Amino acid sequence: MSAINDSKTSAGTQKPSFRTPDAQGYYGKFGGAYIPEMLHRNVEELRTRYLEIMHSPAFKKEYQNLLRDYVGRPTPLYLARRLSAQYHTEIFLKREDLCHTGAHKVNNTVGQILLAERLGKRRIIAETGAGQHGVATATVCALKGLECIVFMGEKDIARQAPNVARMKMLGAKVIPATSGSKTLKDATNEAIRDWINNPNDTHYIIGSVVGPHPYPDMVARFQSVISEEIRTQLKRETGEELPTHVIACVGGGSNAAGAFYHFLDEESVELIAVEAAGHGLTSGMSAATTQLGRPGVLHGSKSLVMQTADGQVVEPHSISAGLDYPGIGPLHAHLYESGRATFLNATDEEALRAAFGLAKLEGIIPALESAHALAALDQLSLNEKDRVVICLSGRGDKDLATYMHAMEGGL
Amino acid sequence: MSRINKLFESKNKEVLNMYCTAGYPRLDSTLEIMAALQEGGADLIELGMPYSDPLADGPVIQASGTKALENGMTLAKLFEQLEKMRPAIRIPVLLMGYMNPVLQYGFEKFCADAAAAGVDGLILPDLPMYEFETEYGALIRRHGLDFVFLVTPETSDERVRRVDALSSGFLYAVSSSSTTGKDKNMGDQQAYFKRLQGLGLKNPVLVGFGIRDRQTFLDACRHTNGVIIGTAYIKALDAGPDIAAATRTFIHSITRK
Repeated sequence: MSAINDSKTSAGTQKPSFRTPDAQGYYGKFGGAYIPEMLHRNVEELRTRYLEIMHSPAFKKEYQNLLRDYVGRPTPLYLARRLSAQYHTEIFLKREDLCHTGAHKVNNTVGQILLAERLGKRRIIAETGAGQHGVATATVCALKGLECIVFMGEKDIARQAPNVARMKMLGAKVIPATSGSKTLKDATNEAIRDWINNPNDTHYIIGSVVGPHPYPDMVARFQSVISEEIRTQLKRETGEELPTHVIACVGGGSNAAGAFYHFLDEESVELIAVEAAGHGLTSGMSAATTQLGRPGVLHGSKSLVMQTADGQVVEPHSISAGLDYPGIGPLHAHLYESGRATFLNATDEEALRAAFGLAKLEGIIPALESAHALAALDQLSLNEKDRVVICLSGRGDKDLATYMHAMEGGL
Repeated sequence: MSRINKLFESKNKEVLNMYCTAGYPRLDSTLEIMAALQEGGADLIELGMPYSDPLADGPVIQASGTKALENGMTLAKLFEQLEKMRPAIRIPVLLMGYMNPVLQYGFEKFCADAAAAGVDGLILPDLPMYEFETEYGALIRRHGLDFVFLVTPETSDERVRRVDALSSGFLYAVSSSSTTGKDKNMGDQQAYFKRLQGLGLKNPVLVGFGIRDRQTFLDACRHTNGVIIGTAYIKALDAGPDIAAATRTFIHSITRK
């Protein structure tokens, strides 16, 4: 039995998997459900029913049909020849940017909206930072005719006007989070408070592999379609099912969880998570949680958290709003601590350069988040025998203002 | 017998637990407020440890915590202030807060320092039962501290009994499913309070969330042992600089004593 899993893993003869948490929601020492009693009934309802619902044939059929006909899955696995030539290796891009709404976020919101329907919930709440998860939630609520309320930091509302407009056009109500630092972490607090105050009719669609158990596991399962497709597509393209490397950016970590999922227990596959270093790890303006955080409790689970010596959660910084989060999903904290995944980081500047590089080499404008994953190519020593898969989690339309600003600055 | 148990031995009706935020309105007002609460007629004090992300709290208490943090309050400073708490403060004192700062401070060190300062009990709403039973409960008990769990109207009888078995001091009955400071009508909650009363619990029950005036106080006390008041008092403190007078006036408006 692997030494990586601690005593919290239920005893058994099977080799413990990195994929699923134990009965209490722990991945190693991270996870759990650190919630006030006011949330217990809702979270418990979800915990006792999510697997049964997700495994039911009717649910699977509806989910798979929507992923195919509405989201546009499977998304292509594209061999990026010019990018490969530059790094003298073989690089495949998993094109999550081609999903409906422009990012992988919708894989999860489609799944959770079907779950909410089966739980009899008519009112949907969500948090959003850059607005991608908010748009993906507003989209599926429109699809299902459900009420949608999105909490968004007051500062983010000002910074992300196009996504605010998209959510409103889709019929969602966008409520500014005015407490604390007025960004994603506070929007998450406000969504949790709303759930406390509306315990009967409301489902909370968390956008990442964070939150109390069962959210990290549930969201990872919905996103796992990414790696499921990669395996099939890679086999078809190369004859080999397994890549040598999978690279994904990590804020909370949902696209990385999805891209890693079916490779977690394949020891030969090197998993590389790329965090946002912001202005640099030692600058005080960073979002690289594994490098700067310490064990703590944030938004209902134990994980690594960026915080002061007094245990106050600090405001991170990244040029990419989707990576601008002071925590990280408990699965990733465990992958970091156990050494199963390698955690790298890229600065704002490096991410911008990688985004411009991809645009010019492959004709693809990536989201700033995904650009962090691309930037990691410069930090790896790859050879022509490697088969590298990069999760291109989203498209860059939402980041055009930042890119234009960078061009004016000479990039 | 703990100081909290002794209190309930001598008084088990209309017990008044008053909440205040450490370091609010001023960094050094903590002891002044505690003294004012004791003189004003509070039976217990629940001292809030400010936190950047207080999930169970509404805007008023969160804003007081934000101000306290801006004032420079930390757990280390709080324990410094509390060194001088006893014997001037004779009534039971509980610390209320969230897990993250306590974990950073070091859970066992936190319990040790709290006990050394004369703190009687802890309320940590985001410490779950499983982790309490497997890890933290033993540390809390080793230092002789009471630990108070919360129940809500949604908590099943079976779960209330489990929570009661793990709690000591009293049980915190959240009046309705809400964050702190919502204007809810206690009259509608009588069935819930009666249900708790009928379970034959080992701990006394104090009702919190939404108690703000004489009427909500009387309604909440009808089938329980008393109340916890936070938001309404924090608002009352904002009325003027004279803490003792504001506290006296506020408590009188509730208890008429």
